[in-house]
Amino acid sequence: MPQKKISIRIDGELVTALEGQTILQAAQEAGKAIPTLCYLEGLSPAGACRICMVEVAGTERLLPACTTPVQEGLAVTTVSARLTQYRRMTVELLLIERNHVCSVCVSNGHCELQAMATSLGITNTRYWYDFPTLPVDMTHERFVLDHNRCILCTRCVRACAELEGANVWDVGGRGIHTRVTSDLAQPWGESPTCTSCGKCVQACPTGALAEKGAAVEEMTKRTDRLTRLAGSKRAQP
Amino acid sequence: MKKVKVATVWLDGCSGCHMSLLDIDAAVIALAGKIDIVYGPLVDAQEFPEGVDVTLVEGAVSSLEDAHRIDLIRQRTNILIALGDCAVTGNVPAMRNKVPVAKLLQRVYVEGADTGKVIPTDGVPALNRHARPLQEFVKVDIHVPGCPPPAKAILGLLGDLLEGRKPAANPKVKFG
Ligand code: SF4
Ligand code: SF4
Ligand code: FES
Repeated sequence: MPQKKISIRIDGELVTALEGQTILQAAQEAGKAIPTLCYLEGLSPAGACRICMVEVAGTERLLPACTTPVQEGLAVTTVSARLTQYRRMTVELLLIERNHVCSVCVSNGHCELQAMATSLGITNTRYWYDFPTLPVDMTHERFVLDHNRCILCTRCVRACAELEGANVWDVGGRGIHTRVTSDLAQPWGESPTCTSCGKCVQACPTGALAEKGAAVEEMTKRTDRLTRLAGSKRAQP
Repeated sequence: MKKVKVATVWLDGCSGCHMSLLDIDAAVIALAGKIDIVYGPLVDAQEFPEGVDVTLVEGAVSSLEDAHRIDLIRQRTNILIALGDCAVTGNVPAMRNKVPVAKLLQRVYVEGADTGKVIPTDGVPALNRHARPLQEFVKVDIHVPGCPPPAKAILGLLGDLLEGRKPAANPKVKFG
C-alpha cells in the first residue's frame, strides 16, 4: 500500500512528506540539513544525542527530529538562536564529560564530534572539564575501545545488532557512569559473539572505536558503506 | 599612531603555539610597525608590565605559580587571548590529571629514569593536582583552539584587533 502523503511546514516552507517518516527524513528529502550525531542512515534512530532537536509549533518542548514522526499540519523550525544555543550546550557537555584530546586522537580531523563543534562555532566550553579516569579496552585482536572518546551515541550497538546480528554491544551503568559494554561486561577480546567484522568501528562517529595500530589522525570511517549495506539488506528481505 | 602593546606568555605548553606565531613569516614585518612586543619568551623583559593591550597565553595552568602569573596578567591586560588547546581545554598537559602528582613524578623521574633517579624540586614550581584551562582561573576574552592554531588564524585575529574590528569567527579553527 502506498504511504499516505501529508503536508508539513519546515522553516515556513510547505513540504510534502510521507506518513511514517520522521521530521529528519522529511527535512532531508526537502533538502534541509538538520545536524545529527547519533543518527546514521540505515540504522534505526535512537534519539541519544539530542543534537537534532527542533522547535515544533504548539509545544514548548524541543523534539528530536530523528525520532519524531511527521503529522499532518506539523510546523517545524530547524534553525533558531534558541536551537543553536542548546546544540552548543549539548556538544560542550559531550566534550567535557570524557577526555577528548583531539591533538593526540586517532580520529583527529575525521571526527563527527569535532566537526560538529567546529560547525557550531564552539571555541571553548562554558562548563568545567571533568577529566574522568576511564579504561581503554585493548583486548581485541584488531580493534580498540577507548572510553575516553565515547559519546554514548549507541551507533556501535545498533550496527552490531541490526547489520551484523551479533548483538555484542550494549549500554550498561547509569548517569555519568554509563558505558558501552561487550556481551556481559567482559573484555571485548573474550567476547564469544564478536565476529570481528568491524562494523561497530566504522559506525562510531568518534575515536572511541578504532583499528589497532592507527596513529594520530589515521582513523577514517566509512559510514557510507554501512548505509549502503543497510539499503541492500532492506531490498532483499 | 601609538603602537599596540602585545605580550605573549608560555605556561604549561610545548611552545608550539609560539612557533605557530612565528610562522606568520614575512607578515611579521608589517606587524612590527604596529605592535610592540613588551613581554614573553621572544623578548627580554623580566616582569610582566602594566597596561598591556593584548596578551596571548599559550599553555594550561599547572602549578600555583602559573595561577599567580595568570592572575597578574589578567589584571594588567586589556584583551586576554587563550592561544591553543592547552590554554583552552587543558589538552595534552591535562592527560596527567588522572594520575596523582606524587605517583606521576615517581613514575617519570624514578621508575622511568636510567640514572639520577630523583624527583626535581629545585627551581621548578610544585605541580597542582590538575592541569586546567585558563578560563577556570580568569576571564578569557577570546579562545583560539588548535594544536597549534594555524599561523593564519593568529594573524587574522591580530589583524582584526589592530583594526579595531570584532574578531571574526574563523571557520578553520578547530580543536586538535
Ligand atoms: S573523538 Fe573527536 S572530539 Fe574526541 S578527541 Fe577524538 S577527534 Fe577530538
Ligand atoms: S563507542 Fe563510538 S559508536 Fe559506540 S556509543 Fe561510543 S561513540 Fe558511539
Ligand atoms: S541525531 Fe537525533 S538525537 Fe541524535
